[in-house]
Amino acid sequence: MRKESAGAASLTDERPMPGTKKVGDGAPRASSPATPRPTRKTADWRKRLEITILSGPAIIVFVSFVILPVILAAYYGFFRWKGYGPATDFVGWGNYFIIFADSAFHEVVLHNGIIVVLSLVFQLPVAIFLALLLNQKIRGRSLIRVLIFVPYIISEVIVGIGWGLMLQTNGAVNDLLAAVGLGAFRADWLSDPKIAIWSLMVIITWKYVGFAVILFLAGLQSIPEELFEAASIDGATYWQVQRHITLPLLGPTLRIWAFLSIIGSLQLFDLVFIIWGQYVASTAGTSTMATYMVANGRTSGNFGYGSAVAVVMFLISLVIALTYQRFVLRRDTAGALTERQK
Amino acid sequence: MSTMTSVRPMLEEELPEVRGTRERQKWGNPVTYFIAFLFIALSLGPVLYIVTGGFRDNSQITSSPAGFPTPWRFDNYLNVLSSATFWQQIGNSAIVGLTTTIGVVVLGVMVSFVLARYHFQGRAAMYSLFAAGLMFPMTVAITPLYILVKDLGLMNSLAGVILPQIAFGLPVTVIILVPFLKAIPDEIEEAASIDGASRLGFFFRMVVPLSIPGVVTTGILAFVASWNSYLLPLFILSDQSTYTLPLGVQAFASQYSVDTASVLAFTSLSMIPALIFFTLFERRIVGGLTGAVKG
Repeated sequence: MRKESAGAASLTDERPMPGTKKVGDGAPRASSPATPRPTRKTADWRKRLEITILSGPAIIVFVSFVILPVILAAYYGFFRWKGYGPATDFVGWGNYFIIFADSAFHEVVLHNGIIVVLSLVFQLPVAIFLALLLNQKIRGRSLIRVLIFVPYIISEVIVGIGWGLMLQTNGAVNDLLAAVGLGAFRADWLSDPKIAIWSLMVIITWKYVGFAVILFLAGLQSIPEELFEAASIDGATYWQVQRHITLPLLGPTLRIWAFLSIIGSLQLFDLVFIIWGQYVASTAGTSTMATYMVANGRTSGNFGYGSAVAVVMFLISLVIALTYQRFVLRRDTAGALTERQK
Repeated sequence: MSTMTSVRPMLEEELPEVRGTRERQKWGNPVTYFIAFLFIALSLGPVLYIVTGGFRDNSQITSSPAGFPTPWRFDNYLNVLSSATFWQQIGNSAIVGLTTTIGVVVLGVMVSFVLARYHFQGRAAMYSLFAAGLMFPMTVAITPLYILVKDLGLMNSLAGVILPQIAFGLPVTVIILVPFLKAIPDEIEEAASIDGASRLGFFFRMVVPLSIPGVVTTGILAFVASWNSYLLPLFILSDQSTYTLPLGVQAFASQYSVDTASVLAFTSLSMIPALIFFTLFERRIVGGLTGAVKG
């Protein structure tokens, strides 16, 4: 794809990259100094060489460690394979039949679904509320912003261990409840299957809501001040302004945040794996597609099966991501993630 | 504007909060401060639990799990600080983090320069290839990635973690840097060309210095991601001496699960590097994250 002649390329390449002015339709770029007229041919060669040298290493690393593994997963998914030697025991769609028939897999998909929905439902109102609050001109705003962001910067392992200790049966949370006279609400936060997923949601909200607040604040600050001035001249109340100006103009930010949140929820692994380990998660009702993949793939040595689970997980994520982009994000990200769209 | 430039780096002057205006701010509504204080307490509570827990001993923790240290004990922290394992894991994490960051930045700037300033057939496809990488989270590719790294003979070596991390860091870097490099005016490139600089000379003398702000943002994102990364090291590193900090913390927590106070001390010490890093570069991190996904 990089072998075309440069002259033809600059004529045909008329799709703008994000954030640029479009240079006249198909017109040769007058401002391209790297193709001086007299030595056109050497310049072409030189340009191709430069492109190859500059982009080669990144493409090689990216294709080998991102694209190739995904293709390999699709290949190994058709084999019963223990991870060493060549894969010879071809089972066709066998692994996939097992996945779709396995009630444990149905459960993890359900858990992921719950996590996707509850992440949005829990974090969205809290984050909007906090962002509106912090968008006022108050003192110490940047300090508050930093402190709310701290949980996001701490690694999942630390969050998992800390919350795991706090929520265990004789842990700090139950102790605190008893101390303030709410001893009746003491519970097995992590092991009771009725409660565990809610505990997980609290931890997820605690860890990631700061990220949403930061994003929303940035979105709020890109809204032109004049709109608020005009509204206040027209006598709009604070809530009317938020309802009819702020929230609609925050739309693009909210939609992109929701996208990131959904994809993140579908891939959730670290927190569950650290708090519940590889076996307890399923009995506590917090196992996810990723922990299922690790437990039934690498841990049990069935790499063919693990690869097939990875493929299913990837396809579920991809379908959701593409659907979301097609129907929700399209107007926001035209030119960003979807440059191929014409 | 928000449709076309949805992804672009946030420049320093665009960062929220203009310092000069702060003097004129009024104190505002006390209810606002109360609610903000409440949320800060919720955010920091668990962190404080971990940190203060390290200053207690196990009998204190057992008798009153949510209490404060009485008296303050320092030996948990001192034990961790004097253990070779802890420092080795910090060292491993630092090596992995720095090499990943350098790799992501160097390869990322090079390929972003091509995508931003060369015109050739297939450029859009190449951009889409990297942008599509955002759809391939490491979780999905981990099983075959593990096999690939094993086939390359890189198991239990830090390189086996670094190379995939560079690859998975590239999409975000490209998405942030390409618009950044495009924003360098054509006139500068023309002037450089008139002065006799080749395109590569322009790259090294003009593009690299001018792209420093965007590079710093992507570098920080890559470093923090690498510092906190758990899944990939979990698969690749099984030899204790190669453990990075997250693996080390997890191993320590399961090995000494009865010694809660030590676990809390170890955990809070391993939190410090990331927190220092965050305080130093807070503006950049926040600016980078918001710039990367700004609507």
